[in-house]
Amino acid sequence: MDSGAIIGMITLKGVLALAIGIVNIVIFIYMERKVIADMQVRFGPMRVGPHGTLQPIADVIKLLAKEDIVPAAADRLLFILAPFIAFVPAFMLYLTIPISENLVVADLPLGIFYLFGILTVVPVSVLIAGWSSHSKYALLGGLRGAAQQISYEIPLLASILGVIMLTGSFSLVDIVKAQQVPLIKLGAFTILPRWFIFLQPFGFLFYFTAALADTQRTPFDMPEAESELVQGYNTEYSSIKFALFFLGEYSNALIISALSVIIFFGGWSGFGPIPGVVWFFLKTYVFVYFIIWLRSTLPRIRIDQLMDMGWKILLPLTLVNIIVTGFLMIGR
Amino acid sequence: MSTHVTNLISIIIFMLIGSGFVLVMYGLVRLIAPTATSHEKLEPYECGETVVGQPWVHINIRYYIFAMLFLIFDIETVFLFPWAIVFKKLALFGLIEMVVFIFILLVGLAYPWKKGVLRWDVTI
Repeated sequence: MDSGAIIGMITLKGVLALAIGIVNIVIFIYMERKVIADMQVRFGPMRVGPHGTLQPIADVIKLLAKEDIVPAAADRLLFILAPFIAFVPAFMLYLTIPISENLVVADLPLGIFYLFGILTVVPVSVLIAGWSSHSKYALLGGLRGAAQQISYEIPLLASILGVIMLTGSFSLVDIVKAQQVPLIKLGAFTILPRWFIFLQPFGFLFYFTAALADTQRTPFDMPEAESELVQGYNTEYSSIKFALFFLGEYSNALIISALSVIIFFGGWSGFGPIPGVVWFFLKTYVFVYFIIWLRSTLPRIRIDQLMDMGWKILLPLTLVNIIVTGFLMIGR
Repeated sequence: MSTHVTNLISIIIFMLIGSGFVLVMYGLVRLIAPTATSHEKLEPYECGETVVGQPWVHINIRYYIFAMLFLIFDIETVFLFPWAIVFKKLALFGLIEMVVFIFILLVGLAYPWKKGVLRWDVTI
């Protein structure tokens, strides 16, 4: 193929990835409202469409039709730029997420490095949004958000190192393929697949905790603690700018769920005649449900407890996990 | 084109598509949303009260220290990644090297811990 055709193909796949991403975010938002409502013995959205299924779309239209306010004292350029920096990296993560063996836009050889490199941009957007709003609540939320995210960045990176040591590759497709061989066999039947959750249970525990904190989901949603900071770093944002922050955040939470499936739960691999894509989305939505469940169950923790946990518990433990993994691998 | 170049191009294209989507959304809002600005609307939100003082004030030095710690540890984790990928080839030698490295890292963590920098309940 000539270069023009290749660029055309990638653009097409990119637009498709954007569409798939947004559809999934919409499902996530609807699911979150419904599941939390169910756990609080309410109905949740019921009016728009059958069982309120069109509610997220109505919300988007409502947000689009709202006045776009830039506070007079705000730093105008940065204020407008912040939603860009929140949404574009969140979308760029879709590039290398393998939905199934061949359904991936580009299987980057440095996949994991790329993903976490891009995720590191998120605190920048939070900080810029908080600072440029010229509002006390926004600034406090922005600072807290950035501090929280950089504190959990390192445990997040260190927790998956065990998996990389076992696989010897950064590519997400390679990581899933390494999990498709059986761990325990009984004759021709696989009792346990070699999913990394069985080999790296503590790695997964650390990964998921750090990931929740990194994407600011409850119980770690300090930057937007509604009861004390109004809406956190995006207090001053209205209309589509607010919606973009919202989309970016949910997109990151979705990616975190998808990544736990890919890295620890065998990605698209499953059993029976069901295609891999179905398995992948099924597993991902189990994690999405789990995240929502946590949100409606756990209270928010304090900022000092949060920072303590990141630096004094998670960071040393993840490093110890790497060493123990190394010794176990040598010992075998 | 080699796969390497294709991958780079696909990253750039994704960036452009993302930015394009945001721009289209901004344009849509320009078209649809009403504009009826007033002085009160452009004030920063402060629960309906008149704004008191400046938001851009002195902030706790602790944030700065955490940012610096993050920088140090992030660079050290970057060193861990290439090691992890060739770990199987390096075997025991590589592991002992890394144990020493991680030990130094942990000493680096223990020092600010002991100094009380990681505590939030006291003012420095």
